[in-house]
Amino acid sequence: MNSTKAKLILEDGTILIGTSFGYQGGSAGELVFNTAMTGYPESLTDASYRGQILVATYPLIGNYGVPGKATENDIFQFWESDRIQVSGLVVAEYSECYSHWNAQMSLSQWLIEHKIPAISGIDTRALTKKLREKGTTLAKIEFDKEIPFIDPNQEDLVGQVSVKEKKVYGNGKYKITLVDCGIKNNIIRCLINRDTIVTRVPYDYNFNNDDWDGLFLSNGPGNPKMNEATIKNLRKALEGNKPIMGICLGNQLMALAAGADTYKLPYGHRSHNQPVIMKDTDRCFITSQNHGFAIDTSTLPSDWDILFENANDGTCEGIRHKTKPFFAAQFHPEASGGPTDTEFLFDDFLNLVEKNKNDNFTK
Amino acid sequence: MKKQYKKILVLGSGALKIGEAGEFDYSGSQALKALKEEGIKTILINPNIATVQTSKGIADKVYFLPVTPHFVEKVIEIEKPDGLFLSFGGQTALNCGTNLYNSGILSKHNIEVLGTPVETIINTEDRELFAGKLREIDVKTPKSFAVDSVDKAIEAARTIGYPLIIRAAFTLGGQGSGFCSNDEELHALATNAFSYSNQILVEESLKGWKEVEYEVVRDRFDNCITVCNMENFDPLGIHTGESIVVAPSQTLSNSEYHKLRSLAIKIIRHLGVVGECNVQYALDPNSEDYRVIEVNARLSRSSALASKATGYPLAFIAAKLGLGYGLHQLKNAVTQTTTACFEPALDYIVVKIPRWDLNKFQGVTREIGSSMKSVGEVMAIGRTFEEAIQKGLRMVGQGMHGLVGNPKVTHVNLEESLSHPTDQRIFAVAEALEKGWTIERIHQLTAIDVWFLEKLANITTFKLTLEKIKSIENLDFDTLNAAKRMGFSDFQLARLIFNPSPNEIEECQGKVRVHRKNLGILPVVKQIDTLAAEYPSSTAYMYITYNGTENDIVNDKKDKSVIVLGSGAYRIGSSVEFDWCTVSAVSEIRKMGYRSVMINYNPETVSTDYDICDRLYFDELTFERVLDIIEIEKPIGVIVSVGGQIPNNLAMRLHNAGVKILGTTPENIDRAEDRQKFSEMLDRLEIDQPRWKQLSTFEEVEKFVDEVGYPVLIRPSYVLSGSAMNVVSNHDELRDYLQLATNVSKNHPVVVSEFIEGAKEIEFDGVANNGEVIIDAISEHVEFAGVHSGDATLVFPPQKLYFETIRRIRKIARDIAKELNITGPFNMQLLAKNNDVKVIECNLRASRSFPFVSKVLGYNFIGAATNFMLGRMPNTLSPSMFEIDHVGIKASQFSFSRLSKADPILGVEMASTGEVGCIGNDFDDALIKAMLSVGYRIPQKSILVSSGPLRSKIALIEPLILLQQQGFTIYATKGTAKFMKENGVNAIPVAWPDEAESPNSTELIRNRQVEMVINVPKNLSKKELYNDYSIRRSAIDCNIPLITNARLAAAFLFAICNKKLEDLDIRSWDEYI
Repeated sequence: MNSTKAKLILEDGTILIGTSFGYQGGSAGELVFNTAMTGYPESLTDASYRGQILVATYPLIGNYGVPGKATENDIFQFWESDRIQVSGLVVAEYSECYSHWNAQMSLSQWLIEHKIPAISGIDTRALTKKLREKGTTLAKIEFDKEIPFIDPNQEDLVGQVSVKEKKVYGNGKYKITLVDCGIKNNIIRCLINRDTIVTRVPYDYNFNNDDWDGLFLSNGPGNPKMNEATIKNLRKALEGNKPIMGICLGNQLMALAAGADTYKLPYGHRSHNQPVIMKDTDRCFITSQNHGFAIDTSTLPSDWDILFENANDGTCEGIRHKTKPFFAAQFHPEASGGPTDTEFLFDDFLNLVEKNKNDNFTK
Repeated sequence: MKKQYKKILVLGSGALKIGEAGEFDYSGSQALKALKEEGIKTILINPNIATVQTSKGIADKVYFLPVTPHFVEKVIEIEKPDGLFLSFGGQTALNCGTNLYNSGILSKHNIEVLGTPVETIINTEDRELFAGKLREIDVKTPKSFAVDSVDKAIEAARTIGYPLIIRAAFTLGGQGSGFCSNDEELHALATNAFSYSNQILVEESLKGWKEVEYEVVRDRFDNCITVCNMENFDPLGIHTGESIVVAPSQTLSNSEYHKLRSLAIKIIRHLGVVGECNVQYALDPNSEDYRVIEVNARLSRSSALASKATGYPLAFIAAKLGLGYGLHQLKNAVTQTTTACFEPALDYIVVKIPRWDLNKFQGVTREIGSSMKSVGEVMAIGRTFEEAIQKGLRMVGQGMHGLVGNPKVTHVNLEESLSHPTDQRIFAVAEALEKGWTIERIHQLTAIDVWFLEKLANITTFKLTLEKIKSIENLDFDTLNAAKRMGFSDFQLARLIFNPSPNEIEECQGKVRVHRKNLGILPVVKQIDTLAAEYPSSTAYMYITYNGTENDIVNDKKDKSVIVLGSGAYRIGSSVEFDWCTVSAVSEIRKMGYRSVMINYNPETVSTDYDICDRLYFDELTFERVLDIIEIEKPIGVIVSVGGQIPNNLAMRLHNAGVKILGTTPENIDRAEDRQKFSEMLDRLEIDQPRWKQLSTFEEVEKFVDEVGYPVLIRPSYVLSGSAMNVVSNHDELRDYLQLATNVSKNHPVVVSEFIEGAKEIEFDGVANNGEVIIDAISEHVEFAGVHSGDATLVFPPQKLYFETIRRIRKIARDIAKELNITGPFNMQLLAKNNDVKVIECNLRASRSFPFVSKVLGYNFIGAATNFMLGRMPNTLSPSMFEIDHVGIKASQFSFSRLSKADPILGVEMASTGEVGCIGNDFDDALIKAMLSVGYRIPQKSILVSSGPLRSKIALIEPLILLQQQGFTIYATKGTAKFMKENGVNAIPVAWPDEAESPNSTELIRNRQVEMVINVPKNLSKKELYNDYSIRRSAIDCNIPLITNARLAAAFLFAICNKKLEDLDIRSWDEYI
């Protein structure tokens, strides 16, 4: 059994000692917790976690190993991006043994391969309560060598994770331009399964001169306000009438482009069990979420409506334009990991795209 | 718009039986609570008098009546409810409701079924309809054919191919089902299955696939959530009630988890369930292929488990949804701030382990499979699998201390023990691991997922490390801490490190505890909050773990707490009645303003509902854990006398550790528990008792028997095989018994007692304060002594006891209470013959009959006892049993139909799994209701009698003459027929099962030509002749009511001759008391 000790050090001076089960090299970032009970390969490769050290509240991690790099339609079949994105992983109990037909290696091997440190034997519940009470904090995982704290919110995280060049997927009827701010692969899968050809573009790319039937804004890490170029391009697109959908960071970017404000939540929503109510209906959906920022609805311009609201804390979970085909969700309808109950939003988007295209055609 | 209901009828599940147990007390209680909160008047029909749901203040009106269409309609006529809930009373309520619906009674009385519509229930119950419904939405079910004959079953087998599983439709807990791999096996299974149902299913076998369950909830707005998923440790092929189950799933990837979750939601939407539903899957261990095995459109054992595992009150929410609420309109009951429309996030792992009592039955097969045999279950919570499973194995309470460090039992054929699972399989896995068998080999034999096996191997490997330590000084921090994190108890550590003799173990365990505390290794208290600490929660639903560094609770110094120890896993001899006692005690403690603290680990109970007390520790009732909790809680005292034998056994050890035990002192508890001390005390008080001796040689036994005469009762201190206790009637039986069942020796003595035939057996339940009996209740058995008090039919108040007998019993009670200075509940069992009264047993704790006498009198004995134990006086005192104008009868429920091959016979070992208590205006009225409640039916035309010994024959003459006068056809085995003819009963003689002649007794039974079988065993021994066994077993297998006691048979026959169904008194509990 590997028994190298590692330290988890918090900004407030708290030091927790655990056992290393990943790469043995220090790493710093923002400490966040996720309450999901499955889906560690999906979470760890989710670019929205860029710059963050992830605490898993579910105590047993690693049980079913890690799936391999198989690809389909030029994207990884089982990963949400091409690498582990988190800066570190904190768990209560790492399961050395794993068992799954689709596993290629252990979680530990994978973390080592991707040079990501990980620590087990931590009272993750106590740590989570601390984060809940004091808010998200900076932290670092250290071995022998001391390293400085890093505040990822000061960095161009989206720039680090976005694609560098245009890339095309699928061969369907509808042309979708997908702004990659740190996209989860399942968004691409959800789109190309719906008769589309997807052009994935860098986050700061000006898509306004391109020919598309629908524009899609992806999820991504960090403070939305850092993405000035994207917001500027988006503001221009909002002047038009072609369908636009956003997810997570895309939701915040749409709000910012529309003229509303965003703010940082004390400890964010990171879980698979967030209930959202579709405004003015009796429909409540269980959603997968991963965000630290939210839209300040009091600043939402009058031609915009709240589309979804969190049933627990009332925060904004989505917006829509009152007259134009623009909408966005703060949660993840593409799931992976998490519940797939809101995948119908992709259908809604494609319906808008289809309708818009037909309308234009008739005109 | 949501409809407003004024009065709602809720159907309960009746007596506890295998496959339908305490979980329905939990679900019914929660549902009633939910309705009460809405201001709706509630009516409950449930003859299970020991439940919490039939206590005062839960439903507005309770009817202790059978849950059958006849009685339910009677109640409907009186109460005129506008709504009916079927989903909280298990299969019993569902079947009754479906029947009422189909016969048009519900529409006739204009009653709406709330929650899931009856059509949906029918669609899920009939497997062909069910498979068809799922086919409509492209959801896969196992290849299956519903057939109505054995020939058609064989034909279906040709299409599907072996191996196959056979199931009977419309049954509970997999009754009448099994696997077969050739025509011959299929023929046998199918024939048996047709005795339960006129439709059986022939299905593809998915043996070895993973079994996974989801608990799904849907509201009328179509909002759906899955509250919990669960994975079976044992792969498909073992009924989920017989499996070790973990929650949440451990070996499913995100994709698998959510694929099955989405399917569950798709199914519940398509079926139109409103409320709660359980979906069971088979999942291919090598791909994402799946089959839907079963859907239960009602609250189930699994949903009770899911509620306890997550903190999500499924039954409460399901009731609200049935009233028309949406999930989003309801609050999360744990956090009180967030919505109920969410899916709990667990930050711990839960392990459920079944509890079997197969030892209690003669002839039963120990193999477990597709039908249920377990009588209870436990739930263990930890933050590693190793911790949870070891806790769980201790909780089961069958002498095991975890996975390792147990009394040595070697499996003769280990390979066989692994591939043919029995109730002991996990210990066979442990043995194989300890012997160095590879994980792969064990996996091949068991099909248990490698992940689980690896985790078990962590424990067996760590055992080797511990065994090398040899002395406490060498046990360092890291090793000890790692051991505790893997769930090793101090007892296990003591045994592995010191290898002590039995009388040193307690001291060694103490050394480990001291050493551990010196090293600063202490457990922490963690909270179950449904959201993995994301939101604050004030609900004190707690468990204890070594995998953590911080406590989730802070004790308020002002608060004074009182701890009540619960009763653990339901088992034969201890079930819901003790749950009622513990719940009554905590409620009273709460009323007094103390912080009420409950410790228990049985997920089927109301006592483990976090809202019945101020703080619930869902944890072990071992000495170590109780002491841990006491050190955290610092209570003013602990109550050990309301949770049955488990807490009672801890009294002395806790006392020695300096813990304040409330009520009767542990020294005095010990004086009643210790056979020798108690006997000497009785002699001194000049109270009579049956003569007895503890003996170590065959010669001593013979000598004693010469003194007292046959029959004698023998209980061994060590059991080789078969049952522990037995009555022997002659020398041969004595020799057989002492040689085969026990190896009598100095180390394993036997206790031999005089057995008095033809004596009345009497129960005394009382509450005393400072040695003075304040409240008492005396009940008599219908059967003569020799039938275990837990199986006997009890009458309260006694209808046929001499006044002098009663006077003498009360004097004995007074003397004993004074001598032992009793404060709190106590119970005695006595024998009476011609006013000679002898004491058989005395327990200074609540007994099984406390809820029964409390409810018949309308006075809570435990509430009063709790007051006395805390030095207070109750507000009111009990009415006298002589002044009540009604009769209560407690009858026992047997589950022999589930225990394939078991001899359905009653003796000195308890065999019943549950009980009912009905109230009537006289003995006959109450008896008929009670007997109908435990599954008897009133015969209309014909019965079969085989009446055993002369005394039984005589007892049956008069009732048979009455039956004959009413036009019954009476069949009797030859000897009985001859005797009856001589005495004026014109019985038709029939041949014994092993005779070729016709009419033959088994033939009559198989062809259902008789509606009741009375078969009285020839003697008191459990070893019975093939013929009698065969008659009894056929009756059980063909679902024909069977009575094996002449006194009870006579009472029942008299009653049905005196009263017709229509004459029975239909009154609610409050109208009697």
